[in-house]
Amino acid sequence: MSESPDERPDDAQYENARDRAATVAPLAPREFLRWTWRQLTSMRTALILLFLLALGAVPGSVVPQNAVDSLAAARWRDQHPSLTPIYEKLGMFNVYSSPWFSAIYILLMVSLVGCILPRTRVYLRAMRARPPKAPRNLARLPEHRTFTTDQEPDEVLRHARAALRGYRVDLAGPVDGTGSIAAERGYLREAGNLLFHVSVLVVLVGFAVGSLLGYKGGVLVVTGGQFANVSSQYDEFTPGSLFSVGSLEPFSFKVTDFDVTFDTGKRNFGLATDFSAGLSYKSSPNGEVKTARISVNHPLSIDGTKVFLIGHGYAPDITVRDTEGNVEYSGPVIFLPEDTMFRSSGVIKVPDASPKQLGFRGEFYPTTGFSMETGPTSVFPDAKLPLLSMQVYAGDLGLDDGIPQSVYALNTDNMKPVQKDGKDFRVDLAPGKGIIKSDGSLIPSTVTLPDGLGTITFNGVSRFVKLQISKNPADGVALAGVVLALLGLLGSLFIKPRRIWVSARREGGRTVVEVAGLDRSAGGDLSGVVDDLAGKLENRMSEDKA
Amino acid sequence: MSHAQFEVLSNQAVAICGAFYFIALLAHLAEWAAGRNVPLDADAAADAAAVSGTASAGTASAGSADTLVAVQESTEKMERFARWGLVATGVAAGVHLVAVVARGLAADPIRVPWGNMYEFTLTASLVVTIGYLALYRRFKLAWLSPVVTGFLLVVLMLDALLLYDPVFKLRDALQSPWLVIHVIAAIIATGAFTLGGMASVLYLIKERWLRNQGDPDRTPRRVGYLDRVPGLVQLDRFSYRVHAFAFPIWTFAALIAGPIWAEAAWGRYWGWDPKEVWAFITWVVYAAYLHARATAGWKGRAAAIIAIIGLLTLWFNFVGINFFFGSGSQHSYA
Ligand code: HEM
Repeated sequence: MSESPDERPDDAQYENARDRAATVAPLAPREFLRWTWRQLTSMRTALILLFLLALGAVPGSVVPQNAVDSLAAARWRDQHPSLTPIYEKLGMFNVYSSPWFSAIYILLMVSLVGCILPRTRVYLRAMRARPPKAPRNLARLPEHRTFTTDQEPDEVLRHARAALRGYRVDLAGPVDGTGSIAAERGYLREAGNLLFHVSVLVVLVGFAVGSLLGYKGGVLVVTGGQFANVSSQYDEFTPGSLFSVGSLEPFSFKVTDFDVTFDTGKRNFGLATDFSAGLSYKSSPNGEVKTARISVNHPLSIDGTKVFLIGHGYAPDITVRDTEGNVEYSGPVIFLPEDTMFRSSGVIKVPDASPKQLGFRGEFYPTTGFSMETGPTSVFPDAKLPLLSMQVYAGDLGLDDGIPQSVYALNTDNMKPVQKDGKDFRVDLAPGKGIIKSDGSLIPSTVTLPDGLGTITFNGVSRFVKLQISKNPADGVALAGVVLALLGLLGSLFIKPRRIWVSARREGGRTVVEVAGLDRSAGGDLSGVVDDLAGKLENRMSEDKA
Repeated sequence: MSHAQFEVLSNQAVAICGAFYFIALLAHLAEWAAGRNVPLDADAAADAAAVSGTASAGTASAGSADTLVAVQESTEKMERFARWGLVATGVAAGVHLVAVVARGLAADPIRVPWGNMYEFTLTASLVVTIGYLALYRRFKLAWLSPVVTGFLLVVLMLDALLLYDPVFKLRDALQSPWLVIHVIAAIIATGAFTLGGMASVLYLIKERWLRNQGDPDRTPRRVGYLDRVPGLVQLDRFSYRVHAFAFPIWTFAALIAGPIWAEAAWGRYWGWDPKEVWAFITWVVYAAYLHARATAGWKGRAAAIIAIIGLLTLWFNFVGINFFFGSGSQHSYA
């Protein structure tokens, strides 16, 4: 940015306005409004707002966000009971939709509009303007060269004009042996800059519209399980404020199978490679059934709603019976993976158990290993040697309180650990024939619970997939905005606006030629350009003579 | 060659190029030590001599023939050391490139070598070297040499000691052409921002030094490094040029390629994941830098400070985030 005031008509205008406003005291309401507007739309305010925006974004990376990972946010709240109410008030769990964060970017948007409008006006005028006449004293300009030649001034100017290709050129004279050329280029720089700033608005609007009209949901589905696209089937559902649940596309699908290979090589031991899930789906209840395979980076799109495979894990298949053998619970139960070897934790709730409701809480190890330090753990992510180890609770599960409960947490307020021989009773289960331990004892697939509470059986291992389902009607707008912004930015940063003047006059039988330039952009360096032009002209002149 | 052998080759190449950066650093330090005996305008005189084709360097400084000879000797020494440093840096850059390429060949199946922090740092530092060498002549970067070589030496050491990870296969999420595009753009921008940040740091140092310098026409004194660092206007301009190059690339990496990839992998363009938050913060800070340069009262010093803040947020993002937020980020494998 050059320092001379005419370089930045808009900014200069702001500065003057501010000075003027400052001398009017006391401020009339209208003056005050005007003053406020000018303050708000000044570069300095924009700068400060940008800083605030950057600062305001920080807490959202430190505190878990509801919209990003609601489980993590809930866990955080559990762990910090005293901070939680304060954080709730400050909107710390929803930073990016909190009033204060919105205030910053809305102010920035207002500032942006207030900045774009006057600049567009100035630009439209400047676009039609002719290059300004050569200043009387070219030697005063920062970049300036002089040489003399025997050629006539009009000859010099003719050549200069040809050399200034790409410039908007005005020729004056020669009259009485004196003439000059004024040239300017780089008009598109400001256009690029304006395009950039307008595009920023487009992105923000696209973002806003998208988050108002779209939704995002997450669901865990056990293989063989079904999903119908209604909000109650989601584990996590984040609709935009203007999203109506009725507009969910009426598709449904079944997860038919899940494939995963785990690397057994030393280098990438346990790394999941190519995992994919098979779906059979219908776009509407009466539609025809189609099939698809989805994997990471390859989602399925059904009428604009996308289904992504983003994770997987195990769901041990369990049956709980009473002492008479009546089934009280049966089916796969999702255990959430805790580490890269898929040590997983989960709970089983059996509200229909008699005489008391039963709850189990524990861990699942797909390939069990044991060490004295860690106890049982998983040593490989595939289900090679599965073991389920859980603590048993009996009492009231608290499901009838009307307070919604997570299916992954056990509320033990009204439950007691089941005991045997004065110790908490644990069930260790392995499917099929069980596992023979190193001491020769057997981990069975069925265990009888003490106190006549019934039996529990580990039938086998199923898998579940974690799917994300989302619809974002205006994402394309935001993305297009960013691309336009980039184009504008390139123009703004790399188009070099500059003015060049050449004057030629007769003096003592020779022609004195002066070449001068003025850079109008940030960080430009014109010396090379002026050198070039002067050198080219000088050579041309002597060639022509020869 | 087997994959494992390539990994060994890569590690050896890192050690060797570190050694060459060290040699380059020593050469440049010797260059500036020799420079203490060369008056500032000897440069200009030598330039003038070179331009006009006459070979009468050293005429600028007054003094006896003895001092003239001494100055000439020191000048030659300076040039020699500078050349050595540059050659050593060139060799280091070549070996550095081998290290990066071998790292990619070490993976099975072979892939782009940008799978983790170690590899990212290795490549970004190579971008710094290449940028420096490419701009050396155009911007007369002799003053930047000790900073760049010293920086590279330290960064490679930290990288090898603290961030080293054996070669890994890429996670599924990373197997996408957008990874290549997104990450290479991010790496180039990071390298360039780093180079620009160095100029901004020097700007602050020189500015302070100029302010603290009492009487500028004090009697002759020795010519230190800071005397030869270009003036504030040139430093600012160089810094701006490099930032202006890096900013659109960062915009592309963080706000276009990144979201497209995230959409393909996770079903959302933008999810305010810690890594994304910090990429955004970096972007906003650099936008503020560009604004500051155009705002009265913020040009110069304040702009340089903002550029440095931008660089800190940038580096924090991919070193810090992984350490502090760990699994809290979907990007934590990076
Ligand atoms: C969302 C907020 C904004 C962002 C992200 C942003 C970003 C940018 C960027 C990256 C540039 C650099 C382009 C260049 O140097 O040519 C720039 C330049 C500029 N911006 Fe903004 N801007 C924002 C808001 C504003 C506002 C509110 C104003 C009005 C006061 C403004 C006025 C300008 C001006 C005058 C320039 C040209 C500076 C120059 O000539 O170097 N910007 N902006």
